[in-house]
Amino acid sequence: MKHALKFLKRSVLVCMAAMAWMQAAHAVLPIQQWQQASGARVHLVEAHNIPMVDVQIDLDAGSRRDPINKPGLAALAAGQMASGIRAQAGGTGPYAQALDENQLGEAWADLGANFGASASGDRLSFSLRSLSEADLLDKAARLAARQMAHPAYPQAVWLRDRDKMAAALRESLTRPGTVAQNRFAEAVYGGHPYGWRSTPESLQRIGVTDLQRWHAQVLRPCRAVVSVVGDVTREQADGLVTRLLALWPQGRCEALPAVTEVQALPAAQDIRVPFDSAQAHVLMGQPGYKRDDPDFFALMLGNHILGGGGFTSRLTAQVREQRGLSYSVYSYFSPALHAGAFTVGLQTRPDQAAQALAVARQVVRDFVAQGPTEAELQAAKDNLIGGFALRIDSNRKLLDNVASIAWNRLPLDYLDRWPEQMASVSVDDVRRAFARVLQPDRMVTVVVGGKP
Amino acid sequence: MKPRLLHAMALGAALLAPLSWAQVQAVAAPDRPAPVAQTTYTYTLSNGMPLWVRPDRRAPTAVHMVWVRVGSMDEVDGTSGVAHVLEHMMFKGTAKLAPGEFSRRVAALGGRENAFTSKDYTGYFQQIPASRLEDVMQLEADRLVGNRWSDTEFAKELEVVKEERRMRTEDNPRALLHEVLSATALSASPYRRPIVGWMSDLGAMTPQDARDFYKRWYTPANAVVVVAGDVDPEQVRQLADKHYGQLPVQAVPERKPQTEPAQKGLRRVELKAPAEQSYVALAWKVPRLASMGLTSEHGDALALTVLAAVLDGYSGARLDKALAQGDKRLADSVGADNGLMGRGPQFFVLDGVPAKGRSPEALEAALRAQVKKVADEGVTEAELQRVKTQWVASEVYKLDSVFNQARELGVAWALGMPPDSGAQVIARLRQVTAAQVQAVAKKYFGDDELTVAILRPQALPAQPQARRAVPGARH
Repeated sequence: MKHALKFLKRSVLVCMAAMAWMQAAHAVLPIQQWQQASGARVHLVEAHNIPMVDVQIDLDAGSRRDPINKPGLAALAAGQMASGIRAQAGGTGPYAQALDENQLGEAWADLGANFGASASGDRLSFSLRSLSEADLLDKAARLAARQMAHPAYPQAVWLRDRDKMAAALRESLTRPGTVAQNRFAEAVYGGHPYGWRSTPESLQRIGVTDLQRWHAQVLRPCRAVVSVVGDVTREQADGLVTRLLALWPQGRCEALPAVTEVQALPAAQDIRVPFDSAQAHVLMGQPGYKRDDPDFFALMLGNHILGGGGFTSRLTAQVREQRGLSYSVYSYFSPALHAGAFTVGLQTRPDQAAQALAVARQVVRDFVAQGPTEAELQAAKDNLIGGFALRIDSNRKLLDNVASIAWNRLPLDYLDRWPEQMASVSVDDVRRAFARVLQPDRMVTVVVGGKP
Repeated sequence: MKPRLLHAMALGAALLAPLSWAQVQAVAAPDRPAPVAQTTYTYTLSNGMPLWVRPDRRAPTAVHMVWVRVGSMDEVDGTSGVAHVLEHMMFKGTAKLAPGEFSRRVAALGGRENAFTSKDYTGYFQQIPASRLEDVMQLEADRLVGNRWSDTEFAKELEVVKEERRMRTEDNPRALLHEVLSATALSASPYRRPIVGWMSDLGAMTPQDARDFYKRWYTPANAVVVVAGDVDPEQVRQLADKHYGQLPVQAVPERKPQTEPAQKGLRRVELKAPAEQSYVALAWKVPRLASMGLTSEHGDALALTVLAAVLDGYSGARLDKALAQGDKRLADSVGADNGLMGRGPQFFVLDGVPAKGRSPEALEAALRAQVKKVADEGVTEAELQRVKTQWVASEVYKLDSVFNQARELGVAWALGMPPDSGAQVIARLRQVTAAQVQAVAKKYFGDDELTVAILRPQALPAQPQARRAVPGARH
């Protein structure tokens, strides 16, 4: 009783704390935003305490745009950009000559900088981390520009890496967790590209010309969404971005073709895969919601209570704390340009799989039917709002947030208003949003390695 | 709990934190970036417990950790894994708190928390708004000396730990291989046992085993408080003295040396497990950096770390270039690692996945040939400079994470090193010469102190579903 009272008082104060954050609005995260003549959109947060800079460049060229018979193309072509760069015709400066994969690796190591290219379902992303010392940063930007614009895509390296990846994929299929994830993605996403996976066979269909053709299409400054965090002024950041994109082909940016939406599941699907392993892997879920869902905050808060909040979530309490059935048990949404999966996952001794699944399923059913209690809602708000500063207390975390604001075209004061938005969610908001988004009687269930 | 003080602090955070942050962010770029203060303030509390504080005022958050100098190496045969089981039980209550209440309190403070166990130490941490430091200190001090739970709670949590072992080790052939490798390379040293414990020992573990271990090792005399973030060191000292400095202290038990006898002959071990690919690991016993003292053994330990970086420290380094590239490559992946620091014996490890159609024995010979090449021909100044440049940059990058700064301090204390040992080690590594690298490549890579472990992949028994192409993709 005493505790309850204390909790209540504290929550009121947390809300007040949120208001104060809000009033100090632009002090929390001053984002500067502008557009370059090329069309590139730039977002900057200056942070001068550490002499380093982080840059992320995002493009609408993720794997959702892969050709249907070449799954993984964007991720593979992005990865192969580290395989060397071709000579720059008429180029001058330190990196004008061709570099093979090893020379390229040495060049980055000599700068003490890191550069990478990757593709997720939605985005093709480049990331650069460098010291901010002017000479080093300038060289890093020039080398990154060359690597993005002029990858050599040597045939021998691609064929070698393709073999290695096929072997690694075969190896991964000897693990129950990988098998479960693949079956789950296939069933939840149906024919949507979010569910496509590379296989040893599909890799064989991708040649160097595919990589080159992909590369010729994707880099356009007018599609670039650039986020910069670190020890640079606005003027320096603008110059940095200009250098990074200088070698990209200029071109018009007509609207890209629409990508089909993830379809709702018509019926429940129960998939059992026999597997001889020490643990059964259990996954349950369905398509979730899109990042622009108006109930974003209610769904995030609700999932924190259901299975996202670590030791204090309902799933952890029921499956792990009360019954000792699993080390790891969780739920999460994957909101993106399309409705990414809602996923519940756990691993347990094979003979306990049915019991653990039944418990997890009941927890989800109850939560969707009844929503959280007032006490649970308040505890989740205390944690999320009270701990808001932990979301933005390093350059790395700032970069993630700024890139998300830039990519999702969120308002520049999004983070300033975040605590207030979270504070305004009610029990009814959560219940209504979960009832709309989740259908427990039409979920996919995958059990790999379960035994009766 | 002291709700009044707590409320006052919550308001303080609301009004002050964003302003102070604004000041930080609004500072115009100076001509030369002001270096982040890296000073560590060290104190001894009233009862002798050490406190290390690293201020980093960039954001209104802090990390609070307690490190206990006890890990799996302090266990005895028959109760392997008890250090880690106890770490789990530390969340199961005290005289004042019900099971799980610790986590609920930390969550209510806006905090994130967890714990970890290694061979050398056990650590507990909370990441919190800086204004909540006293609350988590109070919670952590309470369980450091007052951990208490029922046999029923223990029985449930033991099942959780067995699931953890199944997840991390039983279904992971390469993890199993490393478990077998340690158990083969070492005989007297307690480092031979897995941190999570043998399954049979977990099965036989009693609540009393965990309680005895707690009683024996958990005392302020065997622990340090580490705080990093937006804090005033003197204020932290006062809070720590209030909550930790008054705790009762007991003597830390004597630790037996359990010195590993010199190995006098090659050891080989094989493991059959369900897999597609083979895997081979070679582990040589090498000196460790036991202190910052300037001994020849310490010099060798540092030079071995430089050797590992030259072999595998960057994209395009020696091992990958020589063994994992080209039409006739022997490996799909290769690696090199030097242990350097720890309370027990350290190893220099070379490992790799043989390419299709290549044998682990061929890869083993080729990995050794790469070290021999360094022994015969040395390394280039360019290679040496390259790995040092990376370390210098990484010293700057690591300042971005308050958590990692605190962790580095905790490790240093647990291993008996000074608070600035991270920077000192980098400085010493930068002084290592090409001749020293060549000398250790000649000295430590014979047969006699080597253990080789090879994974022999076995087909999965009758599981056609697992072998067919992943159906998620298009055909």
